[in-house]
Amino acid sequence: MSRSSPILRPSFSMQTVTLIPGDGIGPEISTAVMKIFEAAKAPIRWEERNVTAIKGPGGKWMIPPDAKESMDRSKIGLKGPLKTPIAAGHPSMNLLLRKTFDLYANVRPCISIEGYKTPYTDVNLVTIRENTEGEYSGIEHVIVDGVVQSIKLITEEASRRIAEYAFEYARNNQRNSVTAVHKANIMRMSDGLFLRKCREVAENYKDIKFTEMYLDTVCLNMVQDPTQFDVLVMPNLYGDILSDLCAGLIGGLGVTPSGNIGANGVAIFESVHGTAPDIAGLDMANPTALLLSAVMMLRHMGLHDHAHKIQMACFDTIRDKKVLTKDLGGNSKCSEFTAEICRRVQDLE
Amino acid sequence: MAAHSAVFSVSKILTSFRGGHLGNTAKVFGTTVTSQRNKAVLTPPPAKYGGRHTVTLIPGDGIGPELLGHVREVFRFSCVPVDFEVVNVNSALETEVDINNAITAIRRNGVALKGNIETKHTMPPSVKSRNNVLRTSLDLYANVMHCQSLPGVQTRHKNIDIMIIRENTEGEYSSLEHESVSGVVESLKIITRNNSLRIADYAFRLAREKGRRRVTAVHKANIMKLGDGLFLQCCREVASGYPDITFDSMIVDNTTMQLVSKPQQFDVMVMPNLYGNVVSNVCAGLVGGPGLVPGANYGRDYAVFETATRNTGKSIADRNIANPTAMLLASCMMLDHLKLFDYASSIRNAVLTTMNETRLHTADIGGQGTTSEVVQSVMRIIQSKGQLTAEL
Repeated sequence: MSRSSPILRPSFSMQTVTLIPGDGIGPEISTAVMKIFEAAKAPIRWEERNVTAIKGPGGKWMIPPDAKESMDRSKIGLKGPLKTPIAAGHPSMNLLLRKTFDLYANVRPCISIEGYKTPYTDVNLVTIRENTEGEYSGIEHVIVDGVVQSIKLITEEASRRIAEYAFEYARNNQRNSVTAVHKANIMRMSDGLFLRKCREVAENYKDIKFTEMYLDTVCLNMVQDPTQFDVLVMPNLYGDILSDLCAGLIGGLGVTPSGNIGANGVAIFESVHGTAPDIAGLDMANPTALLLSAVMMLRHMGLHDHAHKIQMACFDTIRDKKVLTKDLGGNSKCSEFTAEICRRVQDLE
Repeated sequence: MAAHSAVFSVSKILTSFRGGHLGNTAKVFGTTVTSQRNKAVLTPPPAKYGGRHTVTLIPGDGIGPELLGHVREVFRFSCVPVDFEVVNVNSALETEVDINNAITAIRRNGVALKGNIETKHTMPPSVKSRNNVLRTSLDLYANVMHCQSLPGVQTRHKNIDIMIIRENTEGEYSSLEHESVSGVVESLKIITRNNSLRIADYAFRLAREKGRRRVTAVHKANIMKLGDGLFLQCCREVASGYPDITFDSMIVDNTTMQLVSKPQQFDVMVMPNLYGNVVSNVCAGLVGGPGLVPGANYGRDYAVFETATRNTGKSIADRNIANPTAMLLASCMMLDHLKLFDYASSIRNAVLTTMNETRLHTADIGGQGTTSEVVQSVMRIIQSKGQLTAEL
């Protein structure tokens, strides 16, 4: 799934994964995922780490060194939701992680979950978003009082990198087409550069169909007929909006997996919902998002059998509708939901 | 005529500053004077020459010419006292002569109806989008779109009634880009206090006029703290002057997620340019597609009407399958603006009645009717209401 080949080890040897439980409902859903993985006998050894920001030498904010060391060693991470404190003085944790490991691609596969009804069925697409530059460079100035300028940065290097990742992903996951989403009619130079790079990379992947579409046309068509889309690649802001739009199509952030791919073979998979402090500790949380992200992680590591088993167990449980957490429309506890999935996984052995 | 040429030369001086960083400060000073004028709907120029209005018509590319042809057909049939001054803009040319002619014509007439003008990427970046040039030169600062579920159209979501007010001149569409280092491009997004106050004011006035209860500002101020932060602050300031209307805000990615799951929660939405583009297209898709929703661009002195999602529709051009509803409803909005209310309601009712006869849906909403069949049906219904009409 990433550019570097998956870690080649015989499937029975344990692989280490850095687990970052996070805040709020993070710890309970992480425990749920660990239980399910144990039931599936997945060869994963979890190393729990905390990533609360600390001030390093020189006054720069950074993640704790043991977390960084663990991640550099294992290369794979699974992360729960992190709290963003309003006035803590340090940048958001997600931003810090992104900068530390150069997580340049955010991948969100959006597949309709049978059994969790939304007005949209048969959604099967992947959004790949450039995650380091674009509109989120954070460069803003007040020119004169009352006039603010925000700078959107597009570089050749980052555009080429994300385009290559998108095509590699499409090839490795048997997807047929890649669509570049842009607004080059208005932002001629910046999105024009992004588009040019995508076209250049497409030349090397003739087996994959490449199309270009305006952002507004994608939005228009997405809400009318999402089945026409396959893999979408785009700069930061459009990616942010479109990936959340697609998550909304399949049922929201509570059931959407997400993966962040970094430059040195590092990959961190995460749930993208919030910390839900109001239900933390009450055994009400829904672990589906984190579980599906963990399944994405297994696929990335080449453990396809385990991934398939766990995903099937999860989808079967949701489709059956007998044991569902509150947000999915049922009234079971998180532990009951987890136990049901574990039972199904063991039955599938 | 002297007054018109004076306005023209003043605006020429202002526009010549656009190139450098002073561009927006010049615009800011220019608009401070005009911000005294607080009207949500501006007064159209009085009808001269025997009670007939003259409206600029810009056919554009793709499906524009054929749809506008149908509009003219319906107008002629209903004996609407509007004459069209047709100005063609050739998108294949690199010079600005065509679009400047169009702008002059709109300045002269005050009102226009237009199709979308294509922007070819193959041209150098100095050739800006013609539609954008038109909007900024005429300072059409408010883009208004009313998305309503139509009973005759099958959609996944029902009972949608959202008004979207989008800032139309600045934001990400400032067209200020440069390549400082080879391989690194910077694009500037400009947010000004004056324009944000202006659009927020417009939104609240319109909400009050139409009896709407809630205005939601859409932004991304958690990331773009200064830019969208300023926009949000301006909205809040204006909101404090309208205690009868609830004001809240929502981040743009959450907004799109809410729109596809529960669009009924939204009432009036106000936002900067790019988010407006995304949200208006999502909403148009939710109520049935680009062929159904009309859009209007209002400035202090001018108004330009078009389809809401501004598509060129090249792939369906000249095949008699395009949906004329959006363009016909846009022309009704134009008639309302010219205070020709009777003609507007007559045509609008005919279009909506045709919508409800499922047999006469065009392909984009799942039917098999052709454009001409829909237009014929509209004209028949107008005739059946007993008003003065020409030959069918």
